[in-house]
Amino acid sequence: MTASAESPTKTATPPKAVIRIGDRVFSLATVLSGSLILVVLAATAVFLIVQSLPALTAKPGQIPNDAANFWVYVGPLVFGTVWAALLALIIATPLSIGIALFISHYAPRRISQLLGYIIDLLAAVPSVVFGLWGVLVLAKFIQPFYTTLVNTLGWIPLFQGPVSGTGKTILTAAIVLAVMILPIMTAVMREIFLQAPRLHEEAALALGATRWEMIQMAVLPFARSGMVSGIMLGLGRALGETLAIAIVLSPATVINVFLLTSQNPNTIAANIATQFPEAQGVALNTLIASGLVLFVITLLVNMAARFIVNRRKAFSGAN
Amino acid sequence: MNIKRVGSIAAIALVGTIALSSCASNEDAAPGSSSSGGTSLSGTINGIGSSAQGVAETTWAAGFQEANGTGVTVNYDPQGSGAGRTSFISGAADFAGSDAALSDDEIKSTFAGCAADSKAIDLPVYISPIAVAYNVDGLKDLILDADTIAGIFSGKITKWNDSAITKLNPDATLPSASITVVHRSDDSGTTQNFTEYLAAEAKSVWTKPASQTFPYSVGDAAKGTSGVADATKNSKNSITYIDESAATGLSVSQLVVGGTATKISADGAAAVVAKSPLVEGRADNDLAINIDRTLTDSGDWPMVLVSYMIACDTYKDSAKGDLVKAYATYAASDAGQKAAAAQAGSAPLDSDLAAKVATAAATIK
Repeated sequence: MTASAESPTKTATPPKAVIRIGDRVFSLATVLSGSLILVVLAATAVFLIVQSLPALTAKPGQIPNDAANFWVYVGPLVFGTVWAALLALIIATPLSIGIALFISHYAPRRISQLLGYIIDLLAAVPSVVFGLWGVLVLAKFIQPFYTTLVNTLGWIPLFQGPVSGTGKTILTAAIVLAVMILPIMTAVMREIFLQAPRLHEEAALALGATRWEMIQMAVLPFARSGMVSGIMLGLGRALGETLAIAIVLSPATVINVFLLTSQNPNTIAANIATQFPEAQGVALNTLIASGLVLFVITLLVNMAARFIVNRRKAFSGAN
Repeated sequence: MNIKRVGSIAAIALVGTIALSSCASNEDAAPGSSSSGGTSLSGTINGIGSSAQGVAETTWAAGFQEANGTGVTVNYDPQGSGAGRTSFISGAADFAGSDAALSDDEIKSTFAGCAADSKAIDLPVYISPIAVAYNVDGLKDLILDADTIAGIFSGKITKWNDSAITKLNPDATLPSASITVVHRSDDSGTTQNFTEYLAAEAKSVWTKPASQTFPYSVGDAAKGTSGVADATKNSKNSITYIDESAATGLSVSQLVVGGTATKISADGAAAVVAKSPLVEGRADNDLAINIDRTLTDSGDWPMVLVSYMIACDTYKDSAKGDLVKAYATYAASDAGQKAAAAQAGSAPLDSDLAAKVATAAATIK
């Protein structure tokens, strides 16, 4: 009797979970790695802010390029960073959507697999290689086209002359950037297109839709938020790209939207890379402060991407 | 199972630690094994600085080690002149390579690696003539003067057949094409010396002061000496200024010096440096040179870059002082200068100046 009365109470209190040493070590390791990220981020932010202060409070004459204050100095760089990344996105977005759709919905399985590998391989090429390709091959090859463009379409502000003699323009840099961000964008989009509900696709086809109509009706609406997150990832990489831009671009201290001239707005990261070796005193602080600005810009982009991805969590390939 | 897993993780960690720690084990050469060169020198000195000097420093380090055995090591990291001077002042580097001598402000600072009350000295060890190099089909012997160069690089002369250029080159066939000016996008000693020359010799055209940053919004910018060379080689009708050693594959312009067209030469560059006065108000063994850009003797090439080895007058660590003294002496010696000329394309120091540098280097303690 007593035994039978006790047994239900025993089952009501759940048995104490067994914790083995592996659990302890593993959970400790994950907590440590998780908090390490925060520590690193905080340390970077503190370093940037502390080192930036002398530049933010500098008197006129101390900042490089004869800029009156830090914001005058960093203005063209912020513009150049966003402008180059935007141009790269304009080139890379339609391409990556096309490649991803081809892999997920058009190509035979074997070709799509092979293509997938090649795209991933592209992501493994170091940026300096892209930079060298850009300056030694692409710039030289594309310069005659630029000359023709300026001669025929020079009345459009974008293509205004004088044309760059070396081809080291912001458009060349944007093309190189586009090639570099293509793999990550394609990879994200491919995963999302593959996740489109099979039933929706088959229903669309059964209703008499062509393949293009099916993609329009069933795949693209479903993948919209995922596509945005893919684009944001590409934007993040384009904003921070350093060496390829430093090698390819012919920079000047200007804000303009001319694609084909020698006087191009520089990007923050490339400017740091080119000017750091000879920078001293406040000039060094100025470079670090411009790094802080880039840090904030990338943070904002990533937060925007997170926000969009989280809004439709279930449908995104990034979660 | 669990213990096995933990064990395997531990094993990976252990192997990783061993692998990582073993990386550095080949660096510490045994101090006793330095007998082959027959000198008493041993130890390591680290230099940071000018990338222009990079090849020369590597050559000297190799030659110096060959002469003194395996006990001595000279490391040189070509991070840039500014970085070199900063590192030297902070004590992170034992000597600096710099395209500019220490400024009056810098020389007043406290040098962490030097003995108390000891100052740093500038030793000119590397001279490089700067060439105006161009890439124009069929154009071989271009002659330019300071005003014309200033006009081209400030954007006032935009065509190859501009009257200013045709006047200097009556026999040459000049294309009607636009001139593509290529200049450095990064701050550099080459730009500093090039603009110094133009600011001194073409005052009316080149109205901006000399600076490490190319001052005009003209032409295409490229990163580093190699970037400038590539950009010029890759585009027709382009022109640039560049260390002579990197101008291979490009045509080099002659310069009108004192009314006569002069070909670029190592001797001409070395002669200009030797004839230039020292910066005033420095210690006796400080050989900072105030390059006279207006010299006009026959053969002179005033478009020249001088790069310095910056060292302590007296080191805190006297063993380091001995090493730096020996190294600087070797760099300024005939053998060192010839080796650098062969490897880096620099101009060997004029013999008088080399003797002065040797005397100054001998005072390093």
